[in-house]
Amino acid sequence: MSGIFSDFTLRTVAMGAAFLGITSGALGSFAVLRRQSLLGDSISHASLPGIVLAFILIGTKSSLVLLIGAAIAGWIATLFILSIIRNTRISSDGAQGVVLSVFFGLGLMLLTFVQSKPNASQAGLDKYLFGQAAALLPEDVRTAAIIGVITIICMIFFWKEFKLMSFDPVYGESLGFSARLTDIMITALIVISIVTGLQTVGVILMSSMLIAPAASARQWTNKLGAMVTLSAIFGAISGVLGATLSSLISNLPTGPTIILCLTSIFIISLLFAPDRGLISKLVKRYRNRFLFSLQKLLLDLYYLEEKHKGTSHAHDMKTISLIRNRQGNIHIALKTLQSRGWAEQTTAGLWKLTAEGHTEAIKIQNGGRNDS
Amino acid sequence: MIAEIIIVAILTSSACAIPGVFLVLRKTSLMSDAISHAVLPGIVIGFLLTHSLSSPLLFVGAVATGLLTVFLSESLIRTNLVKEDAAIGLVFPALFSIGVILVSRYTGDVHLDTDAVLLGELVFTPLDRISFMGLDLGPRTAWVMGLIFILNIGMLLFFFKELKLTTFDKGMAAAMGISPVLIQYILMISVSITTVGAFDAVGSILVVALMIAPAATAYLLTDNLKIMVLLSILIGALSSVAGFAFSWIIDASAAGAMAAALGLLFLLAFLFAPKRGIVSIKKRRQQQKIDFAVTMLTVHLLNHSEAKEAEVENREQHLIEHINWEERFAKTVLNKAVQNGMVNSEKGILYLTQMGKKTAQKAMMR
Repeated sequence: MSGIFSDFTLRTVAMGAAFLGITSGALGSFAVLRRQSLLGDSISHASLPGIVLAFILIGTKSSLVLLIGAAIAGWIATLFILSIIRNTRISSDGAQGVVLSVFFGLGLMLLTFVQSKPNASQAGLDKYLFGQAAALLPEDVRTAAIIGVITIICMIFFWKEFKLMSFDPVYGESLGFSARLTDIMITALIVISIVTGLQTVGVILMSSMLIAPAASARQWTNKLGAMVTLSAIFGAISGVLGATLSSLISNLPTGPTIILCLTSIFIISLLFAPDRGLISKLVKRYRNRFLFSLQKLLLDLYYLEEKHKGTSHAHDMKTISLIRNRQGNIHIALKTLQSRGWAEQTTAGLWKLTAEGHTEAIKIQNGGRNDS
Repeated sequence: MIAEIIIVAILTSSACAIPGVFLVLRKTSLMSDAISHAVLPGIVIGFLLTHSLSSPLLFVGAVATGLLTVFLSESLIRTNLVKEDAAIGLVFPALFSIGVILVSRYTGDVHLDTDAVLLGELVFTPLDRISFMGLDLGPRTAWVMGLIFILNIGMLLFFFKELKLTTFDKGMAAAMGISPVLIQYILMISVSITTVGAFDAVGSILVVALMIAPAATAYLLTDNLKIMVLLSILIGALSSVAGFAFSWIIDASAAGAMAAALGLLFLLAFLFAPKRGIVSIKKRRQQQKIDFAVTMLTVHLLNHSEAKEAEVENREQHLIEHINWEERFAKTVLNKAVQNGMVNSEKGILYLTQMGKKTAQKAMMR
């Protein structure tokens, strides 16, 4: 492994991807919680005309200039989206659909217009479409790092506002915080982080860098601080992992590989997260079902006991099953009752309640209280 | 050849406009974005299986992955672990990534660019032609999109009631025995098929523009579903022709210019739509403000109509001082009041007319 990481290009790319993962992961938490996940998609698509216009107007391919153009276009697109939502009956998805596709189309038109000019020094502009992590330069990584640090400082500084406005904007307003200002802050940070990611993963996949780590982190915790941290960690891990994999395997583009790493993390989180995860939910459901069936069995034994007016009367499994017309095997359930000391098996292989089982059955019948 | 390109453009935009109307009304516009990205792996897998770019299997694969996107996002939403927007945003980048990776790993030596899928090139569509027994029948895309257009019209005619009902009142639809889920999937099949058909003309991202922008524009112009569908088709066709013409002149991507033209039309509607445009809303608000102020003026004059006060209170100048109106606004209101025949002005002193009195009394009764 040490051999891999001494590779200069890989180290640059991996570091760039890691910084990007941290920034977008942390900020993505707010986007996801505020149900603005797809705003990132709109912003990143909409940044394309900004990139091309910056190139046309200033005539340089310096990434800083192009990214400033991208940020401005992304910002204008956001304003359009918000204005459409506020002023018309078109819902947020429609507004985003219109703005992202029209801006992207505009960008495409400009891009092809530039490309059709004879002095074609524009090569490399379309790397922003899909990203080209391998072309990352150390100064790009430095930019990403600086932006990451600024973002995180902003986040710490305005933590209370961000938190309040993500969960209860009305209450926040009543306390005198400006929802509008916080909105603008968060959106601006999201725009900036998207723009820095364009070089690495490209316009189309960038939104996923915001959504996937945050949606994964959400499954593991209910605390905002933990979620943001975890999300940043997921972002960083995927960045490094994706960059490494794509350099080890030929013809494996970096951006999509990072996204698939993120998706894998999300699937793992979805399945295995304690508490919220699908598997733990399934386990819980089966456990509850089993506990419920135990209680029912106990009551059945109690019912048989009552019928025969004596505690000494034991029954075979078939009889017990017949009470509720059970199809399945009750052997395991009976064994469990036995291990809890609530039922016992006579030498003839017949089952009956113990004294503790008897009191337990009465308890269940009276209060429906849970056992154990 | 230009005529053929224009025909393809019109057919494509018309076919896209129909499912777009329902996407916008159902607030699931971004499903088209998701589907349009997610068809890529389907196309690639179809291509890898058949090694042909015109095989119908590509179509089947793409529609299948399009529906897979819908299914996966809806399953994710149903787990209640992620919200709707995040679910969509998780599914399609993953599928799209798989597509990009498949392209770059396995199709290196063939002409199947992600660029081509994503961006499309309208101008090249006449090059791929269909011929029957040596007879040239025209561009393949025109036939494909024409067929899809007819299919969409068919869906519209056949399921109009169901689509309308499930769009506006799901509960009612379900109560009447129409399955909203079934209709949703029928619509999504239409979206997928249309997306795949349109992608080599306009590319997968601009399909979103062709679907959503005309419908959103029409939504600002009408309240009637049938008119909205017709308007969307018209807007789509108009801007695709205009966009193509413009792109031809400046030598740029036709699809991009079509999207830009759509954006321009949307912007016009956004600003100037008769009932819902920003400008008309502003105008209406201003009108209401003035109307209200006129009523207030009549009430004020009525209050001070006793002869003693009248000379002091009911002067033009006084309005500015007393009611705290700005001078310009006061003048506008006064003019309006005089125009409506509610107030007479004599030497700077204002008198209510009979009608003005009635208006004031009515306002005070409320």
